[in-house]
Amino acid sequence: MSKERIQISEDLYDIMPSDYQDLVKSATYGKEDRGWKDIGTSKELIEQHSLCAGCPESMAFRYILASLPNPEDTVMVGSTGCTSLVFPMVAVHNIHSLFGNQNAIASGLKRALSVRFPGRVKDVVVLAGDGATVDIGLDMTLQAWFRQEKFTTICFDNELYANTGGQESGLMQKGFVAKMAPVGKLFDKVRLPEIARESGCHYVVNCTVSKPSLVEKVIRNAVHIAREIGPTYLQLYTPCILEIGKNSMEGLQEMRDSEKPTERFAYKEYVSEPAKQLLAELAAKDKERKAAAKQLAGQASA
Amino acid sequence: MSDYRVLPGPEHFLPPAAASMGICLPNPGEAHINGVIAPEEKAYEEAARQFLMAKVPTIFPGPLVLWAWNEKAAKKATAVRHLFNTLVECVQPGQKPMLIPMPDYRPKYPKINPEVEINPNHPNLTIWHNRIDCCMFIGVHCHQANLSLKIIRGGTSCYTIAMCAQAGHEDAMLSFRDASVEKIMKLADTVKRLKGTVQPRLASAKNGVSS
Repeated sequence: MSKERIQISEDLYDIMPSDYQDLVKSATYGKEDRGWKDIGTSKELIEQHSLCAGCPESMAFRYILASLPNPEDTVMVGSTGCTSLVFPMVAVHNIHSLFGNQNAIASGLKRALSVRFPGRVKDVVVLAGDGATVDIGLDMTLQAWFRQEKFTTICFDNELYANTGGQESGLMQKGFVAKMAPVGKLFDKVRLPEIARESGCHYVVNCTVSKPSLVEKVIRNAVHIAREIGPTYLQLYTPCILEIGKNSMEGLQEMRDSEKPTERFAYKEYVSEPAKQLLAELAAKDKERKAAAKQLAGQASA
Repeated sequence: MSDYRVLPGPEHFLPPAAASMGICLPNPGEAHINGVIAPEEKAYEEAARQFLMAKVPTIFPGPLVLWAWNEKAAKKATAVRHLFNTLVECVQPGQKPMLIPMPDYRPKYPKINPEVEINPNHPNLTIWHNRIDCCMFIGVHCHQANLSLKIIRGGTSCYTIAMCAQAGHEDAMLSFRDASVEKIMKLADTVKRLKGTVQPRLASAKNGVSS
């Protein structure tokens, strides 16, 4: 689908709900350097959602959707969890998979899209919680990486099963006591970023979503590398403020506290050699494009 | 032929699929009324009569006409608007025709705004809220229309008409098939022709609310 095709029928334009009209009028589909700075000046690709007030996951959603390089040709694959409540309000193609199946669905989807649209860039992005990625769906997650499937896997890590009341998950930190895990976690947080690297991911990042510019950078890198080279993995801390006993306004601070150098979400990045080369090429092209635009602007004003 | 009739509900929480009760789809050139195969001409008359009798006759256009996918879709949208305008011209004071879109099939959380849209997963909300007692689906993909029509029959007393571009819908009370711009315009012409000959059921309307 291209932006040109998504026009509302003229004779029924007035009855379309305003969010759809706004998407056609001022969303950033097709914009080359779209990013988080478009938030506030254009229609976001997320409408009112039903996440809790102050939920960091909603921040993550907004930054990610603002940063996808090619939203009109992207399909997102979700799984059961808080994220699945948001996807109906997202203006990007998406599929809800069975719990844990997301990377298997994405594998087939990516291959089918390559066959159906051979001359066209189609991105697939998996977005699931830690339960779906690391516990229930670990098999599908790892197998997709082993096979070098060309799509991005994003894990919203809130360190427990949030929307079912706070059960222990593999990504929960050792010793943490949750409402439905009263004994406390007995073993360490699963080191999925390291596992991802060893499993063949070409770009792996472990961080929080406290900084929109950082989220934008890692999303763009992950999607571009997955498109050209192979699997990429982002583990983003999106704490469940309800389950860790925080108030609505404390989510941001919780992320800032957790990304300090000695903490578990200190920024960690792994980039494979081919991916480093690709990123350098992309940076060079970007620089060239900006210089040309600047030159053009200079000529126009002269 | 089945004795089962597809009638306005509320039938019950989970009404049987009309197909499972022996209702068949019409052949080209035919329609069905309450599950009985009828000539298309008769269906135009009946659909127009139901629209003119209703307190809140409503058209629900779906994504296949709401979005200008191609020239044909845009023309159908124009025809839908013409049918709605015709309804507005032909109804009597007290009747309130509506045109409410079904822009999305995904269930919306926490809820849709029933004043401005209808969702196939809970169409009853829009029907109850606006007290719709007769509606027509057009441009809705068949599987979503089937889901909606069954929910409406199960929980409301709304009369349902399907202007289907494929083979028709057993779960509607009246179904056309092979919908085209010409068929929509012909329905509008029939509404115009029957203007003033049908008594609206203003006082006795059950208002689409389950009893």
